[in-house]
Amino acid sequence: MSDPIIKCEGVYKIFGENAKKMLDESNGNVDAKTFQENGCIVGVNNASFEVSKGEMLVVMGLSGSGKSTLLRCISRLTDATGGKIFIEGQDLLQLNNKELIDLRRNKMGMVFQSFALLPHKTVVENIAFPLQVKGIKTEDSISKAMDMVKLVGLDGRENYFPRELSGGQQQRVGIARSLAVEPDIWFLDEPFSALDPLIRKEMQDEFLRLQEKLQKTIMFITHDFDEALKLADRIAIMKDGIIEQLDTPANIVLNPATEYVRKFTEEVPREKVLLIEDVMDGSTTDNLSDLKVSKDEIIEDVAEKILTQEKTVAVIDNNNEIIGSINPSKIINTVFGGRKK
Amino acid sequence: MELMKKYPKLFQWLFLLIVFFALCFAIDVPETYKFIRGQAEFIKDPNQSSYVLFGKEVRYYAFDVFWRLPPLLGWLPIWINDSLFFLMNEWMPMEFWNEDTQEFKTRPLVLQITRNVTSFMTFLIDLIREILLGGLNTIVAFSSWDWIDANPWAELPGLPWTIVAAGATILAYKLSGKGLASFAAIVMIYISIFGQWKPSMQTLSFILVAAPLSFIFGLSLGIAAFKSKRVEKALYPILLVMQTMPQYAVLVPAIVLFGVGDHAAVIITMVVAVPPMILLTLLGLRGISPEVIEAGKMSGCTNWQLMTKVLIPTARRDILIGVNQVIMVCFSMAVISAFIGAKGLGFNLLLALNQLNIGLALEAGLCISLIAILLDKMSLAWANKQIDYFGNLTFFQRHKNTFFFITAIILGILFAYFGSFYFKEGYNYLFEVPHNKGISTADFWNKGVDWIFDTFFVYIKAFNTWLIVDVLQPMRALYLRMPAVATLVLVVGAGYIIGGIRSALVVCGLTLFIALSPWWDRALVTTYMATFGVIISCIIGFTVGTLCFQNKSSASFMLGVCDIFQTFPSFVYLIPVMMLFGITDTSVLIAVIVYATIPATRYTIEGLRSVPTALHDAATMSGVTKFQRLFKIEFPLAFPHMMLGLNQTIVFALFMVIIGAFIGTEDLGQYILKALSDKKGAGIGLTLGICVAFIGLIFDNLIRTWVGQRKKHLGID
Repeated sequence: MSDPIIKCEGVYKIFGENAKKMLDESNGNVDAKTFQENGCIVGVNNASFEVSKGEMLVVMGLSGSGKSTLLRCISRLTDATGGKIFIEGQDLLQLNNKELIDLRRNKMGMVFQSFALLPHKTVVENIAFPLQVKGIKTEDSISKAMDMVKLVGLDGRENYFPRELSGGQQQRVGIARSLAVEPDIWFLDEPFSALDPLIRKEMQDEFLRLQEKLQKTIMFITHDFDEALKLADRIAIMKDGIIEQLDTPANIVLNPATEYVRKFTEEVPREKVLLIEDVMDGSTTDNLSDLKVSKDEIIEDVAEKILTQEKTVAVIDNNNEIIGSINPSKIINTVFGGRKK
Repeated sequence: MELMKKYPKLFQWLFLLIVFFALCFAIDVPETYKFIRGQAEFIKDPNQSSYVLFGKEVRYYAFDVFWRLPPLLGWLPIWINDSLFFLMNEWMPMEFWNEDTQEFKTRPLVLQITRNVTSFMTFLIDLIREILLGGLNTIVAFSSWDWIDANPWAELPGLPWTIVAAGATILAYKLSGKGLASFAAIVMIYISIFGQWKPSMQTLSFILVAAPLSFIFGLSLGIAAFKSKRVEKALYPILLVMQTMPQYAVLVPAIVLFGVGDHAAVIITMVVAVPPMILLTLLGLRGISPEVIEAGKMSGCTNWQLMTKVLIPTARRDILIGVNQVIMVCFSMAVISAFIGAKGLGFNLLLALNQLNIGLALEAGLCISLIAILLDKMSLAWANKQIDYFGNLTFFQRHKNTFFFITAIILGILFAYFGSFYFKEGYNYLFEVPHNKGISTADFWNKGVDWIFDTFFVYIKAFNTWLIVDVLQPMRALYLRMPAVATLVLVVGAGYIIGGIRSALVVCGLTLFIALSPWWDRALVTTYMATFGVIISCIIGFTVGTLCFQNKSSASFMLGVCDIFQTFPSFVYLIPVMMLFGITDTSVLIAVIVYATIPATRYTIEGLRSVPTALHDAATMSGVTKFQRLFKIEFPLAFPHMMLGLNQTIVFALFMVIIGAFIGTEDLGQYILKALSDKKGAGIGLTLGICVAFIGLIFDNLIRTWVGQRKKHLGID
């Protein structure tokens, strides 16, 4: 594995007048309550993690959990109070204003919850905006922006103003704008939260399609656990500024680290999250049925096939070799058993 | 006791009133007290007491301190005056190069600065004035009088009125469409054929200099305040005082610093017009969603790009409403600054009013009002206009207005040229209709006024006498009968009940300043006139507003009427009342009432409109009658907003009372007017202005505090 694109080491963000001083005095042992009594509010508490190239990290938490603050620390829209952040090995907090602008102009793109489009510019002008502030000629930036318009499927609406578009369309503009400079790192701050459920699902699928094509390094913020499960390579669950657990969706569902995480996972339909690999037996028996399933299948997709079998089903890997087996009863257990606690 | 617990505030108020009246009755009017009419400075009255502070002698009539406080601030105007003179004439003398005499000359720094500012302003005004009307001064500024003498052809010719009219029409069409374009055409043609072209263009050139400068300064200061908390804190008190400062009062110190004339008028206009521009800029920038700012930053904007490409365009609407405000203030000042020698319609209006030639005044007033409405509508249209995206337009379509304008220029020049052959008697009507050759309706109006006077004299006089003898005089006597201590107790007590100790202290400070100035009696007269005006205005405004609210279209209509009335320069209101009531207090009060009714009506309608529809529907579904809904739902919820209207009404009323000094009143305004013609008036004028501003601020503080609490209590915004 190559070097991580984003790397955080003990990042703190504390709001208040004496934040820096209090943090220094606490020796890394930050307690939200004592801070609050002294007029400081803890936004992010000792966050350490890495995101590698092409990975999508979803940060999940309820409102006020510090997830947006964490994102703003990493994009340096606010300065972290303590800790270190590296973007492709560069120490983010040491950058001067010019270097920071350079970084944002070339490496970063961000999508916002309320779309944050410029009301006085048309769709295509909004998308061309990051290119224009970079100093690219109007014609070039507009033609590049037109490519982006096509990418997000807004052809024919490029001369509309944001107020003439629906929420979903506005967010498409926001996405296109954030992609216009072809950034390596893509920040999305609850991009779909302001949308209707149907549109939200459509946009999630669209987003997965785009990511398939573009393979960006992504930090995605959401308060919707289902959305996190659907999109994430890894999920970080935050509460009161602390990352409670950071793991793959399957591990979070199977082994919740804390009571808080467990509460979220309780209602999650396991067959939608877990792969065959997560529940199979490592051993095989001779008495196998003819059906073979891949270890990377999601249970839901193959459950019906497996349940119609009477015998144990073989599990194969990418090279078509049998690496384990799964009994139909195991499927029934997974789907119905987990929720009885 | 039960009752007292249930309504604690009510009992506090009752207690306050009892104390107030007890004080009023306990403290007798001193025998020597009389309302002092104008009194010359140099007369030494042996009955006067005096004290010396900072080397200034202050003389005054001493009374019991409970009755009237001694004017301990009497030294302030003298001191301000002396400081100003010191700054202008003695402070930091320096050597400056003089172009004309080609030698170094010693001048105080401030004087040199003000002289430079003055000549710069004069140059700008002359430039625009001479583009519109023609003249020499601009060319002189770049060369010299000798050069002009040697080259008699060198003169800006000025534009024929047809070109200016066409230009205005095309601009109006571009901004808003056919409706505004035809209005622009009618206004311009009217101005021309009624012979008001020259003064109108003088006024216009004044506004075209004052408005952009105010805009630039206001915008920059607004941005500075947005960026830095410290700047905002420093600006805040100035903004607050300027909101309630009568425009008259600024004139006086400006004369000392900048002399008289158009340039001084521009500077004063900037002083008055910049504060609302700052406030609106700040409001607009504050209203931008933080995510938009973040989006700008993440797009890689530098600070400058963020300001010019993201913040200002996004706050465009509020900023342009600020522009609109600036234009309105400019028109108001265009008239008022005629007092210090600004040329144009304002000067003609003032002259006509002085000669009691109501017809002429009416014509000038109508002209300035029409131009004001036109510019107001144009700037609003600009604010609401969205930039079109010129994606697939041909070259001609894109520049069609420019082509029209070029055509208009060519045609206008041709017309003017042929006109010079056709009109042989010396006046080229296609170039400019001279003042005395236009159509005039002055005689008609004057006859009309005479007719009204002849026909209704008895009734008007009877009404006038009744109002003055039975209403105004007793009211005035009551106000003057208040001992200073009682007033102080009343005001501070009200502050305490409404806003606690903080409010009480603020209000106490403001009142003390007025009470310790030498003009407490005058301030009482100002307050009495304003109070009378405000009460009547509120009754009319709230009634009319409520009635109009019952119907959607009548509400919109009324708001439109308010808009137009608000556009009139405040001075114009004096014309019709002088027509009917002549030079009396009644005239001033009626002008006050008309002027102050505008905000009262507007805020009533807006307040009632702001009641959420859901509540409206909920009430209807609970089966309330129309009256129940009005009194149980709409009034209580709209009341905070209506109180803000009251606040505006008070400010408007105070402004008009002060302007009414022109007709002749005995209040603070009269003294400001006097200070205008006094060589040492600057300090007096400024202090008087601050007194008026403080009267406004006392009410402003009380009302705003109350509204804030009420809104919190009701859970609105």
